[in-house]
Amino acid sequence: MSDPVIQIDNLQIRLADGRMLLRGVSVSVSPGEVHGLVGESGAGKSMIGRAILGSLPEGASIYNGRITFDGQNLLEMNRAQHRALMGRDIALIPQDPLMSLNPVRRIRHQMVDLMRLRLGMERREAQRRAIELLDQVSIHDPESVIDLFPHELSGGMRQRILIAMAFAGKPRLIIADEPTTALDVTVQRTVLQVLITMQRQNGSAVLFITHDLGVVAKLCRCVTVLHAGRVLEQGPTSEVISSPVHPYTRALLAATPRFDRPLASLKPIPRSLTESLWAEARTLDHFVGAQS
Amino acid sequence: MANITHSSYLARLPRLRRPAWRVKLGNRVVMGGAIVLAVCGSAILAPLLTGHSPIEQDLMNALMPPFWLSGGDISYPLGTDDLGRDILSRLLYGARITMTIALLSATFSCLIGSAVGLTAGFYGGVVDQIVSRMIDTWVAFPPVLLAIVLSAMLGAGMTSIVIAIVVVDWTRFARIVRSEAQVQAQMDYVAASRILGLGRGAIMILEVLPNVLPLIITLFTVEMGIAAVVESVLSFAGESVAGDYPTWGSMIAAGRGNIHHGWWMLVFPSACLILTVLSFNLLGDGLRRVFDPVHR
Repeated sequence: MSDPVIQIDNLQIRLADGRMLLRGVSVSVSPGEVHGLVGESGAGKSMIGRAILGSLPEGASIYNGRITFDGQNLLEMNRAQHRALMGRDIALIPQDPLMSLNPVRRIRHQMVDLMRLRLGMERREAQRRAIELLDQVSIHDPESVIDLFPHELSGGMRQRILIAMAFAGKPRLIIADEPTTALDVTVQRTVLQVLITMQRQNGSAVLFITHDLGVVAKLCRCVTVLHAGRVLEQGPTSEVISSPVHPYTRALLAATPRFDRPLASLKPIPRSLTESLWAEARTLDHFVGAQS
Repeated sequence: MANITHSSYLARLPRLRRPAWRVKLGNRVVMGGAIVLAVCGSAILAPLLTGHSPIEQDLMNALMPPFWLSGGDISYPLGTDDLGRDILSRLLYGARITMTIALLSATFSCLIGSAVGLTAGFYGGVVDQIVSRMIDTWVAFPPVLLAIVLSAMLGAGMTSIVIAIVVVDWTRFARIVRSEAQVQAQMDYVAASRILGLGRGAIMILEVLPNVLPLIITLFTVEMGIAAVVESVLSFAGESVAGDYPTWGSMIAAGRGNIHHGWWMLVFPSACLILTVLSFNLLGDGLRRVFDPVHR
């Protein structure tokens, strides 16, 4: 197997008041692989993406661990070195497509500026490439769509435009942070198809952050199940889904709607289980605190 | 019942229809803009609109009333002042001063204030602290008084009036643009472009500025009205353009002394000033509505 594009070792993220958000997470993604990060809200799955992108929320900081991108330690880079990777080698597909496009600028200008400033293209070349990208993300009639404002487009179209922008620099790693959460279920499918087509064409690795195990089962080769900032289970998706080892994974699977089972068989994740997991995590924190 | 109301409503619709550009701009913009354009136009065309020189004295015809009153003459449509100068020509030439000063001082205070406010609001931190404290200090002074003191120190002349207004009024832009830039800097699209690797300067100019621009344009219009008033206050206080060159403020000052035997000397320049400021405010208010994303 080839060297991983991104390798995260024992990543710990902590808030200013000492609470831990990530309690030692290790994930590695090889080139061209789609890796799912699953967990409920607050599991810390988005924090992993934000740590890679260098946009941790106010007060949160990396306490311990390494993030290696392409053999270089991301956490030891200075701002300029890190910025040089963003938008070229690492790109983000954000959660909310409405908020992530500038509301007062036409799509053309947003795409062209990005390509001119980040990829050093000429204006003409950038425009041609922008239309080509829109065509690749199956936007009908890209020549006229490119001159519209974000509010004139549907959520699915906006998300496909953001996918096009993310892939503009043929990045090696894409972080997809719940890319379909803000979308209609009917649109989700198209957007995911576009994402996977683009990913295959460019051979990019994808860190796919979601709470939807059904989507993970379809898209991801490997999956990491997170809870309370800890990895509970990790491995090839087929194995994790067909024979989950951890009780939390089993509970998560039982809480995921499936077509081949009646809806009534859905079970919420038992509170006793999550509570005991949180307690366990806090006990571990105590040991970490005692060590440091 | 419901049907009747419905059909009568439909029948009335065609009469409600207005040209698309009027609907889009709104009455305020159309009205305000028309008056502003008219004032600017007559200022530019002043020599063509009147046969009299604004400074030529004719003591034989001093304090002549407007033409529709007895003793008035159609060649002096709005009458003459106590030195026999034609009021209409003085108003038209005065509009040149008022409009030039309004435009220049609004432009410079807009450029300076917006640049400072945008930088402070977007970058935050120490820059913002320094700028905010500076604005606080500035705002603590009564603005018109400060302008009078400044122009007295700088001496007469158009440049010193423009400087006085800019020095006082740039904070108006800085304050409002700063808070709006601060709001915009927190938006997701700013975070998204940062993650796409755009530099801070590029984000400020490419992403934040276009979102703040409608506000700046609106403020600019309102500032022109304010500058017109301040200019008149300064010339009323005798701190304006030197010599006998007519300004609305100095005409009001002269008219004040003649109010009992020549009310037209006071009323016409005051009306001009009120109308101009009102139209700038209408235009600004209308533009604010046009740019409001909820209305768009």
